[in-house]
Amino acid sequence: MSILDYTALELGRKIKDGEITAVEATKAALQQIKAVEDQVHGFVSYDEESALKRAEEVQKGIEEGIYAGPLAGVPMAVKDNICTKGYTTTCSSKILENFVPTYSAQAVENLIKEGVIFLGKTNMDEFAMGSTTETSAFGETKNPWDLEKVPGGSSGGSAAAVASNECFMALGSDTGGSIRQPASYCGVTGMKPTYGTVSRYGLIAYGSSLDQIGPIAKNVSDCAALLEVIASHDPKDSTSIERDDYDFTSALVDDVKGMKIGIPKDYFGEGLDPEVKDAVLAAAKVLEEKGAVVEEFDLGLVDYAIPAYYVIAAAEASSNLSRFDGVKYGYRAKDYEGLHNMYKKTRSEGFGAEVKRRIMLGSFVLSSGYYDAYYLKALRTKALIKKEFDKAFETYDMILGPVAPTTAPKLGDSLSDPIKMYLGDIYTISVNLAGLPGISLPCGRDKDGMPIGLQLIGDCFQEKKIIQAAYTFEQTRDYEAPEIAKGGAEA
Amino acid sequence: MANHIDDETIEYVGILAKLELSGEEKEQAKKDMESMLDYVDKLNELDTSGVEPMSHVFPVRNVFREDVVTNGDGSKDTLANAPEAQDNSFVVPRTII
Repeated sequence: MSILDYTALELGRKIKDGEITAVEATKAALQQIKAVEDQVHGFVSYDEESALKRAEEVQKGIEEGIYAGPLAGVPMAVKDNICTKGYTTTCSSKILENFVPTYSAQAVENLIKEGVIFLGKTNMDEFAMGSTTETSAFGETKNPWDLEKVPGGSSGGSAAAVASNECFMALGSDTGGSIRQPASYCGVTGMKPTYGTVSRYGLIAYGSSLDQIGPIAKNVSDCAALLEVIASHDPKDSTSIERDDYDFTSALVDDVKGMKIGIPKDYFGEGLDPEVKDAVLAAAKVLEEKGAVVEEFDLGLVDYAIPAYYVIAAAEASSNLSRFDGVKYGYRAKDYEGLHNMYKKTRSEGFGAEVKRRIMLGSFVLSSGYYDAYYLKALRTKALIKKEFDKAFETYDMILGPVAPTTAPKLGDSLSDPIKMYLGDIYTISVNLAGLPGISLPCGRDKDGMPIGLQLIGDCFQEKKIIQAAYTFEQTRDYEAPEIAKGGAEA
Repeated sequence: MANHIDDETIEYVGILAKLELSGEEKEQAKKDMESMLDYVDKLNELDTSGVEPMSHVFPVRNVFREDVVTNGDGSKDTLANAPEAQDNSFVVPRTII
């Protein structure tokens, strides 16, 4: 067994017990990055020197008792739309290629206090707009299970880096499924918390009413532990929520007796790959055998989530991305005539095609004459979708379904037809519209060996229920890693 | 119902979005927007009369705090990110002629 095979919590325990040092763990991760990064390309950038320097400081801090948390000394990666003070944060966009934040995101600040080690920043779809990590301006990330397939997106770099053992855990962000879907495609576990649980301060905004930072790791326990560190009430984010408790790890209990789980019939209709369907229903069966009450029900309005989402997300994006104008940071066009021409040229040269597409759609749906017909219509639809979920949670503790209709597609297959790509988000998107927590964890593999994900959706603030059920399911299987993850120094 | 985006509309969207599109990009943008809007028109199947638009899932209210500097003077680092800076200021093209 190699150091790399430990989960984040196992590693944290070994470091605490003095069996492994934070420096050794960091060296092992960096060695793995150097060995596989040419093939996987999970990172936009990584910094060996600063990681090792921090590992030495943290190791000293652990020995002195300054860092006593369960994740102290654990090397991790951060999605490149989350600000890290003094270290480039690009959103995988040419327009932010040289941007060095002057502050860190609150989630990152919390992790600094915990004593984790930062290895680098992970690749993503440009400004988190995409489901494949192919819209990155810095090259696509490959799926560690099959290098000819996409890792999913937009947090594809984080999911691929965890799956290939380049890091022990990572932060992602989820606006319409961007943590859960890549976790599913890469065979790892990812969680989107209830809206407002993790501060968005320092997360470069895409769709502000939908965005949440969340954990991606090898298993449910690591995700719960990482969420426990990053979740906090933050006065710097006006949508941050003060929760009654943050002890998510207390829900790591192997027991689902009496839990009521609803399976939306609408999630298992046309478009769902039969192998995915079988694996997800088999997982439901496992939970039933462990004592959960599993029932089918009609969720309703499932087909309306994607159109509503794209109107709302594009509208918010068009507003949020107006700040990238070549004045205060990032790229500025070389040749221009006057201020407005500078704005236009800078943005046209700095943004990629998918980002421009969404900014234009957003500008259109917010424009005078169309605002009511599109934007307000979408917000009304969102209210109805939320009501459907409220109704479901009157009866059920959680909703169980697939994460995505298929396993990871081949590189290059998705971008040619944007609407087809958007349809792939059908099971994840409504969770963001309704602000709910959702977790994605592996539940099988298809005939080509590609991972299949199971999704559990909870009511607002009911993370602990889905963590408990996910943990219970996880106890019935072993963690599977792709071939590329194997290697590294013996522990 | 097929949406039609004419030249004038795409020109106007370009102004709102502050994007300069080539002829080819404009044609592609028209097509993309038409197909997205055709798809979004699915929402018209829903009767939403009397439904309040929901911008936030939780009731949100203004959050106030004292306007006190807690993070020090970061102007030097902030300006270091500027494409062009001078005399502790951002440099922009001349706006008043």
